[in-house]
Amino acid sequence: MAEAIASPAVTSTPSVAPVSLPVRAVLPWAAFIGILALVALYFVGAEQGATSLIAGSDVHEWVHDGRHLLGFPCH
Amino acid sequence: MSAPTAPSAPTGSLVGKLLVRGMLAGLIAGLFAFAVAYVAGEPSVNASIAVEEAAAKAEQATAHDHGGGHGAAEEPAEEEEIVSRDMQSTAGLATGVLVYGVALGGIASLAFCFVLGRVGRFTPKATAALVATAAFTTVYLVPFLKYPATPPAVGNPDTIGKRTTLFFLMILLSVLLGIAAVIAGRRLAPRLGNGNATVVAGAGFVAAVVIACAVLPANDDAVKPDFPAAVLWDFRLATLGIQAVLWAVFGLAFGLLAQRLLAPGPAAAQAVRAATPAA
Repeated sequence: MAEAIASPAVTSTPSVAPVSLPVRAVLPWAAFIGILALVALYFVGAEQGATSLIAGSDVHEWVHDGRHLLGFPCH
Repeated sequence: MSAPTAPSAPTGSLVGKLLVRGMLAGLIAGLFAFAVAYVAGEPSVNASIAVEEAAAKAEQATAHDHGGGHGAAEEPAEEEEIVSRDMQSTAGLATGVLVYGVALGGIASLAFCFVLGRVGRFTPKATAALVATAAFTTVYLVPFLKYPATPPAVGNPDTIGKRTTLFFLMILLSVLLGIAAVIAGRRLAPRLGNGNATVVAGAGFVAAVVIACAVLPANDDAVKPDFPAAVLWDFRLATLGIQAVLWAVFGLAFGLLAQRLLAPGPAAAQAVRAATPAA
């Protein structure tokens, strides 16, 4: 009896129907989160190095090692 | 594309759920990357700072010889530390790597939303692995080949603006070329078949990257001629390892989370199969 239940499950697993998300549902998220993420990456990668929005070098010094080891030009 | 859209939950909230999972996977990946950065990267950062300090001391010594007769009281004080080395190599490093992981995890999860079901018959797990591999290649590996990372004490401060601009430009260019290659591959697939179309698109990507590297200006002034080559090699190898671990962990973690969210069916069927002893 167990065999009769198990075999259809085994044969039905391999085919996976491709599911896609409509572009219109993704775009607003991509625009908003894309901008936020790029601002965050700017502060890790370039603030108080190539350009400076905040005076001083506190941001630069704090993320100094991360900036070097993540491959950004630091100074 | 006329692929069916995801069933049940409204797709907007599905994108939000995938984004949260992407940022979470990015955080987990960032923790692993931080461990690699601390263990494999920090020794070469410290060695590089030691080289810088030794060079500064030697310069000072020769300046004194020429000046002659100055007392020790006129020795300039050690460079003022705003953030201590201990903080830079732990909390500071963790901040940088974790913000990087979460931000890129979020972006990668949205890229996943765009490509899911549009690049072939891949499960969510396989799609996540492909997105992570593409992100590693275009966001780090290709820009690294043209403008490799430099340890402290290496760069000429006068050229930081130029070097930063070129590095970000290279990332943008590499990502755009990667997207173009994927679109070209999908267009060629009906005519050439999936395998050949992938090879042609991949070769086109490599050719475009080689041309871009040849055309973009070099930055020869990044490394001073007398900087120890072994320290530079260790440092660059560590940065490559950090990114490889970051994206590998992201691909696996996000793949598992996305698979559980989008396609619980096959996993449930597998559980049934596992629970049912074979005859």
